[in-house]
Amino acid sequence: MTIFNDIGRYLLMIKGMFSKPENHKMYWKEFIHQCTEIGFGSLGIVAIISVFIGAVSTIQTAYQLVSPLIPPSTIAQIVRDTVILEFAPTLVCIVLAGVAGSRIASELGNMRVSEQIDALEIMGVNTKTYLILPKIVAALLMIPLLVVIAMALGIWGGRLAGTAAGILSTSMYDKGLLEYFVPYNVIFALIKSYVFSFIISSIPAFYGYYVKGGALEIGRASTKAVVVSCILILFADYLLSALLL
Amino acid sequence: MIEVHNIKKSFDGRVVIEDVSAVMKAGQCNLIIGSSGSGKTVLQKCIVGLFEPDDGEVLYSGQNFTTMNGVDKTNIRKEIGMLFQGSALFDSLNVEENIMFPLSMFTTDGHRKKLDRVNEVLDRVNLKDVNRKFPAELSGGMKKRVALARAIVLNPKYLFCDEPNSGLDPQTSLVIDKLIKEITIEFNMTTVVNTHDMNSVMEIGDYILYMYQGRKEWEGSKKDIIFSKNERLNSFIFASEFLQDAKDMRMLEMTGKIPSLRNMDDMMRKDGPSL
Repeated sequence: MTIFNDIGRYLLMIKGMFSKPENHKMYWKEFIHQCTEIGFGSLGIVAIISVFIGAVSTIQTAYQLVSPLIPPSTIAQIVRDTVILEFAPTLVCIVLAGVAGSRIASELGNMRVSEQIDALEIMGVNTKTYLILPKIVAALLMIPLLVVIAMALGIWGGRLAGTAAGILSTSMYDKGLLEYFVPYNVIFALIKSYVFSFIISSIPAFYGYYVKGGALEIGRASTKAVVVSCILILFADYLLSALLL
Repeated sequence: MIEVHNIKKSFDGRVVIEDVSAVMKAGQCNLIIGSSGSGKTVLQKCIVGLFEPDDGEVLYSGQNFTTMNGVDKTNIRKEIGMLFQGSALFDSLNVEENIMFPLSMFTTDGHRKKLDRVNEVLDRVNLKDVNRKFPAELSGGMKKRVALARAIVLNPKYLFCDEPNSGLDPQTSLVIDKLIKEITIEFNMTTVVNTHDMNSVMEIGDYILYMYQGRKEWEGSKKDIIFSKNERLNSFIFASEFLQDAKDMRMLEMTGKIPSLRNMDDMMRKDGPSL
């Protein structure tokens, strides 16, 4: 029954977010702050992961393509599509669930436990609107951008590894990138990243906002938020792939 | 003035407070006292609307807060300032930003005017040169004073303080108590203080409500409290370090070894004991 109770409270939290802001300037300030935290705060780890994912994809694809009948440019095609369709949106978002998600859960959890949320409520601030909505909107803006960056860096990482390992030349790689390119794949990846962004921001916000207890519970809520977010990302990934591909 | 009528609150079927009524007047410090777990924090949270009472009603200057819609509640809340037990300062903001927050959120004043107001309230709570400091850099007493400054920055009509002296040394506690009292009188606020510190009771208490196991056990003024015949209240008073002198004095009075007015403060001498 707890799961239904949680779903109900989650939906009520989402509903409660939509109220008129008390002061648009303050909300805008908070939104920009969250964009900085979620976007720029995660850029480093996203860049590192993306480059290595692309590099490893190139090497492993080349390792598996042993037939001389398959042109080397196919490696670039496979890397491109794998990175665009799966690695950039899904893997990066799973990492972001750990980085940004745990930060959101622990920030709100700490605010709840130290009565900062109560203090805002007493002032007459709608805490769901002020604390949660800017995080979700910032995630919906910044995470798809990070995914696009991850796509570019992943493909570039593959190019780098391909030439460094002597698997294929840069011109061959570039030629392969342009072959059989399906623009819809990028749209599909962006649809996934929007869905995942909502999960990454709203689920940790729920666990953080409703935390009860002390420091230990904040840690538990943060862990639970990341685990639930990852499971939901994988489930949504499967569902979207089945529906949209 | 705040009126509380027959408030009841339970959690998961367990009744935490039941049938509590009180009238808290403006310009005086109204104290809710009781041992830990007696329900005083829950009562205060019901009064400010952080908890929804199961039964009963809370009236702010005659307006029924319990049945109000969200917009009206928000308007009442803008007239409430609250000092939390752990200060509840925003960690990521410095002192100036913390105090300026309600001004930025609810006024259209320019930065200069807001800054002047911040400095004014900081001066009122006797704090200087702390504008740029973060909460983590402040002592417990300073945090409470910053939180008090934030609570009064919008000139609220109602001030709530939850255990304002917890974690503070006796001297700092006295400073905070005096500040609360002074501010209450100066701005004619209705102040509600939760405490189990009997020194605070004697220092600032105008109206005292004693809670025992979720119920109102006793109410009265500070001159009444020493001579109360309520056994539970007496054991609460004498269990605290407060007024070991008072305990001794009362024992001596009861045995007729001293006159009954001995050692009473000026107010007590003037009004006489209600025994």
